[in-house]
Amino acid sequence: MTAQTSMRRAVGLLILTCIAGAFLGIGQAVAQEGILQAPHTFLEPLGPIAEEQRTHFIQVLLWTGVALLPVYLLTPIILLRYRRRGGATYKPKWEFSWGLEICIWGLPIVIVAALSVQLWDYTQRLDPYKALPGDPVCVQAVGLDWKWLFIYPDEGIATVGELAIPVDRPVSMALTTDTVMQSLRISALTGQIYAMPGMRTAMNFKASEEGDTRGENTQYNGPGFPEQRFTVRAIPVDQWNSWIAQVRSEGLPLSDENYARLGIRASQADTAEEMGITNGGPIYFNEVDPILFFRIMNRYHTGAALDLAQQPGSFSYDPASAQLPAEPMKMQGSGAEGCGNTGQHTHG
Amino acid sequence: MADGILGRLSVDSLAILHVFKDPTVNNMVDSGAAGLVVIGTVLGVLILTVTGLWGRLFREWLFSVDHKKIGIMYIVLALIMLARGIAEGVVMRWNQSAALGGGPLDPDHVGQLFSTHGTIMIFFVAMPMIFGMMNLVVPLQIGARDMAFPVLNQISLGLTAAGAALLMISLVVGEFTTGGWTAYPPFTGAVFSPGVGPDYWIWAILISGLGSTLSGLNFAVTIYKERTPGMTLMRMPLFTWTALVTSILVVFALPPLTACAAMLALDRYLDFHFFTNDLGGNMMIYANLFWMFGHPEVYILILPAYGVFSEISATYSAKRVYGYESLVGATLCIAVVSFMVWVHHFFTMGNSATLNAAFGIATLLISIPTGVKVYDWMATLYRGRIRMSVPIIYLVGFFFLFVIGGLSGVMLANPTIDYQVHNSLFLVAHFHNVIIPGVLFGILAGIHYWFPKYFGFRLSEGLGKLTAYLWIIGFSVTFFPLYGLGLMGMPRRSASYQDPSYEPLMQVAFYGSLIVLLAFLMVAVTIIYSIFNRHRLSVPLGDPWDGRTLEWWTPAPPPPWNFSAPPPVSEIDAFAAAKESGDAYVPVTKYEPIEMPHSTPIGFIVLFCTTLIGFALTWWIWWLALAGVVILATAVIGRSFGAGGEIVISAEEVAAQDARWRDMARYQVGVTRDDETSSSNIGRAAPDIVAAE
Repeated sequence: MTAQTSMRRAVGLLILTCIAGAFLGIGQAVAQEGILQAPHTFLEPLGPIAEEQRTHFIQVLLWTGVALLPVYLLTPIILLRYRRRGGATYKPKWEFSWGLEICIWGLPIVIVAALSVQLWDYTQRLDPYKALPGDPVCVQAVGLDWKWLFIYPDEGIATVGELAIPVDRPVSMALTTDTVMQSLRISALTGQIYAMPGMRTAMNFKASEEGDTRGENTQYNGPGFPEQRFTVRAIPVDQWNSWIAQVRSEGLPLSDENYARLGIRASQADTAEEMGITNGGPIYFNEVDPILFFRIMNRYHTGAALDLAQQPGSFSYDPASAQLPAEPMKMQGSGAEGCGNTGQHTHG
Repeated sequence: MADGILGRLSVDSLAILHVFKDPTVNNMVDSGAAGLVVIGTVLGVLILTVTGLWGRLFREWLFSVDHKKIGIMYIVLALIMLARGIAEGVVMRWNQSAALGGGPLDPDHVGQLFSTHGTIMIFFVAMPMIFGMMNLVVPLQIGARDMAFPVLNQISLGLTAAGAALLMISLVVGEFTTGGWTAYPPFTGAVFSPGVGPDYWIWAILISGLGSTLSGLNFAVTIYKERTPGMTLMRMPLFTWTALVTSILVVFALPPLTACAAMLALDRYLDFHFFTNDLGGNMMIYANLFWMFGHPEVYILILPAYGVFSEISATYSAKRVYGYESLVGATLCIAVVSFMVWVHHFFTMGNSATLNAAFGIATLLISIPTGVKVYDWMATLYRGRIRMSVPIIYLVGFFFLFVIGGLSGVMLANPTIDYQVHNSLFLVAHFHNVIIPGVLFGILAGIHYWFPKYFGFRLSEGLGKLTAYLWIIGFSVTFFPLYGLGLMGMPRRSASYQDPSYEPLMQVAFYGSLIVLLAFLMVAVTIIYSIFNRHRLSVPLGDPWDGRTLEWWTPAPPPPWNFSAPPPVSEIDAFAAAKESGDAYVPVTKYEPIEMPHSTPIGFIVLFCTTLIGFALTWWIWWLALAGVVILATAVIGRSFGAGGEIVISAEEVAAQDARWRDMARYQVGVTRDDETSSSNIGRAAPDIVAAE
């Protein structure tokens, strides 16, 4: 190796290091200055879970970016330097080098190893099934076409189109649907999880800041799909208490008949209108059966076939003939009352 | 409701009439699309009749068992379906660009659009492209006369085309599913989708899936059994390696798809309860089965594209590929790991954190061999003499764009991040970002590279470059905005939205889709222009790019039997070695008579009958389905009696043809790579490597 080539290599290495450093610096700036912003998403989080998801997102972006650097830096150099008629060294039979081979396999292996450690750690820590410390508010979400029903069993109320939660108190949410599969996401607070008929899934999250944000279904379920959104209001606990009182006093009773009407294929706005609520706002319910959620799950476990008229969300659904079973679904390892998110995963 | 003669079919089923009943924008698009299919078909029939080409079409193409012609037919089929797929993409982009508070199209119509778009692009564009390219190249690269089972090969094409035909029929008669290309139940079950839509999907998937499985077996056997003497596995060209691994993946991955589609059919037709809400049905099993197919499918599509990149990076830098063993090993790693990651498609289904983490890490592992491959191709260019020809432009576009798709893939592999961006446009951007710069650019590069081999003339280099740049720009403008929209929270498959901040990026994406459309039209323009200039571009001697592998060691187009004598192989890149030593075109002393299989109509009969059966089952026309089965069974069983006998081509005729080509090539002065794109390039190369020494 001549002095000239080793000089050239040293300069090249220096340039590469500088560019890599600049890249990491930019990344750090992105992370700290909040250049990545989008309201109502985890990029502008309202709670600790979404905030950690954002941190993880930026970390992965940077780590993986390191693997991309050689491609972006070296491809133009190679194309220019080794162009035909460029006069650079031509080694038509060169086909292998142990040093290069170790770099080629080594770089991705190191990055993937680092990413894997992070992946394991974040996945375990942010497991949506894991209860957060504190006394949780229990909310049971029922997916219908095309709206979500939120049951607060401890408060005896339910809502459609609005989910209010107290700031700084964990929320323990159980989910199911009474129609096809759906996916509930509140991006600014937590991710999403599927909800499926006859089965229960769970999410635990918390708001650490006040604010209104958006929740939505992300799993296509028919023409009303884009309208299946709701407002999430993270409010101080005293306001939340008065909100509960308001729902209790203004709400309609969530009788079996009224629940059956919610199962008709219609958007929240159309359903509200059908129920006589004309201000376009959310629908409030009181007199909620505390085991309603588990009776809804049990609709699919009676051992009898459902005919079309009994299936909410189907074209032939008839609320008059759709009787919910009186008995709740028997859950293993937890009482039928409450959210019962004791670390169990999807099951029926 | 089902009639004995017509089943569920009625006049209302004809989409083309909808616009006359209710002339909305939505119905104009709907009926217009159906009209285009009808007009296209009528026009095709008229042209064939006026030019009197019906006989030739059937004799020389549809009844042919020549792998080269079957390959070309696969690619023509894929291009026709690609035209529809891109048109649908543009219509969806147009709808979403104007969908703030409600788009011009009905939500149900949008549902059908994204479902057909996905189904077509995966099953009837990407798959036939891949199988077409493998058909064209593999037998020649391994020095074989044809596939191991030429007639089965024709039948596979018939089955694939039948699936595509059902998709086209669904545009004219009835409707398609709105359940997406994945067709998740219970939404696609009889309770929530009582119409014919999911049934079209089921039969298209089952019929074409059978064709793909048979193709996979055929290629695996061909590559194991039909290699020319001396071509050990570790001397096979890298495209053949990827074709072999893809075939193995097809054989193992297609059965779960067939199983879950058949189970869905049982649910819908015979009141089974595999995936229903009630009586113990469970849609989670469907999701698992579907993605046990679906994830390897991604690698089924992309591995042959990787093979193309390996070939062109070596050829256009006039150099051996770097790290042959490494590339083979990486391919095998990808194949094995691709079966261990399917859960990452539904991290959000309520799995335990440990399960998700295990599948997440397995997914990260795939990025190791993939990264290795990209670095290997860069190392192949290193110390070469690179020509910035059309395939290299695609390769560079692939480098710059695909790695971003890889980066977003690594992000999605993390369950915590996936909880946020799953089912959003971020995901849509990700998979288009791997499939377009990965699979499609690979195929387009491959078409430009191998086109002269099969048609005897090159494609215009200037138009080809313009097309390549348009694809790169069009892709970037269309799909990078979708990453942003996904991060802003926009769910996929939305017919409309309420958040005004989505609108500007949506409009950018729409303009991008118009560039993609233009790029696609430029592919057609390039081909048509080159046909008109074929004499100036002709390369009868068969080696226009100073190729390295066996397929270039034949005239262009090659004779029906490919090689007049089995080409000798004693190393990787045998043809490059022969050219270097100067004995590539020395006369062969001994020729044998060659046996060739007869043409047969069986593939066309299979196409016709299975289309009929699929259509009849979709519409509950039971007698017609039965008739189709009877005709099909009669034809297949009948052929097994009548089959046998081969056309024998005498040793003299083979010798005469072969000697003519060898003599011409031997006495022709080779063109250097400087004149590669000039009309003096008639397919005899003066290799860079010889000049360098």
